[in-house]
Amino acid sequence: MKPPFIQFKNVKKSFGLNHVMQGINLSIYKGEITAIIGKSGCGKSVLLKHIIGLMNEDSGAILISGHNISNMKKKEKQEFRKKLSYMFQDNALFDFLNVYDNIALPLIEKSSFKKQEIKKRVMTKMDHLEIKDIEKKFPGELSGGMKKRVALARALVTEPDIVLFDEPTTGLDPIRKKNVHTMIKNYQKQFKFTGVIVSHEIPEIFEISQRIAMIDNGKIIFEGNPEQIKNNQTKKIHFFINPKE
Amino acid sequence: MIKNSIENLGSWIIVLLQNLGRIVIFFSQGIFYIFISPFQTKKIIEHTWFIGTKSMLVIIMTAIFTGMVLGLQGYYTLVRFGSEGMLGSAVAISLVRELGPVFCAIMITARAGSAMAAEIGMMRVSEQIDALETMNINPIRFTFSPRIVASIISFPLLTALFDVIGIFGGYIAGSLMLKINSGLYFYRVKESVVMADIIGGFIKSFVFALVVVTICCSQGFFTHLQNKGGFGAKGVSFSTTTAVVNSCVFILVCDYIITFFLV
Repeated sequence: MKPPFIQFKNVKKSFGLNHVMQGINLSIYKGEITAIIGKSGCGKSVLLKHIIGLMNEDSGAILISGHNISNMKKKEKQEFRKKLSYMFQDNALFDFLNVYDNIALPLIEKSSFKKQEIKKRVMTKMDHLEIKDIEKKFPGELSGGMKKRVALARALVTEPDIVLFDEPTTGLDPIRKKNVHTMIKNYQKQFKFTGVIVSHEIPEIFEISQRIAMIDNGKIIFEGNPEQIKNNQTKKIHFFINPKE
Repeated sequence: MIKNSIENLGSWIIVLLQNLGRIVIFFSQGIFYIFISPFQTKKIIEHTWFIGTKSMLVIIMTAIFTGMVLGLQGYYTLVRFGSEGMLGSAVAISLVRELGPVFCAIMITARAGSAMAAEIGMMRVSEQIDALETMNINPIRFTFSPRIVASIISFPLLTALFDVIGIFGGYIAGSLMLKINSGLYFYRVKESVVMADIIGGFIKSFVFALVVVTICCSQGFFTHLQNKGGFGAKGVSFSTTTAVVNSCVFILVCDYIITFFLV
């Protein structure tokens, strides 16, 4: 079996008396989409923030291609982050920039592309996400679904190696949800990025993910492929993915 | 009881030193990133427009009435000694040395400083600063450095404007309303204000610019570390209030220190 690209080894994280991660062990493989599922507030977003380095673990280790993130030098961390993109749960769009500038920001600030090339890349992403006609609008003028798509366009515009999605389809209607899922799937096929998606969209998320991990009480209680989780008879897991039964 | 008091004092000192250290590092990094290319010219112009140009009206209003009050008060004090002819000197020196830089800085704090703290605080609580980090964009360079340059440009210019308008306000009260000879008023202004006064005023406004921009931006930037107010709208409101209050207090403290060395 191929070695994991991102690996959590007994990672623990607490906020005061709230022990969010109580020894997380998780493997994420290159070129695959891994979906993280679990109840609200169980620490899924915290897990993502550990990968990108917005939070540091209390103990344990997070390895990227075998290298511990905590031991990386500043330059190494910066190089690693260049390959990463993060789509925030609440979008984190810049209120003072219009839609075009929001999407173009990572390219304007951190790439050597010329203005025309940046425009081409941004417009392509906007076209794919059906937001081409709102380029001059500000985030405050957009609906929740529109904001989500702008945030998604910003996450994908740099064509990163690893994309972390924090609930990318919350607030979207069923048709747009499907569009976003299809788009993530197609982009992943095209660019072969490694995706980690935190999602509550069950069972839709199983259609685009190669691996599923479920968190409960600060631990990973399931790790495997979508077929395995669908056939899993453990009470907790079965009821979580089939709540109507 | 005594043990508890010592513990509380100790933890208070630790928090104070931590905050101080955080602000010093924040300030040093902000200054450092000004000189790292690519230079953020567009952002500097935008912030100069916001801090400088958009503060002009409030500065003009404050300056004219400050000058008029100085003219009125000065006249009724000087007339007792038969030296109302010295009104131009009194108004000009008060404004150029003290009131211009101080009032101007306080008014900019109220208008632009509070906005800086609130805007950066909102960026923090809505994860926009985290988003910058994930894009490998240094958030201090992005949010703070252009505002430092904009403040350094705006404060002295607005102070100069305040001084000129204030002197004109003194002229309105002294000459137009209380009939002091206008030639004498402006002659006294010209004779009494020397270059050292103007340079002293500019030194003050330069220092106030650094004080205000650092306090306001750091309060917003570290909103999430506030132990009062929480992480949200209340946290932002607490940061904004703290930024304005601390800026005003430190403007007056710095004013005393600079005056002590300049006199």
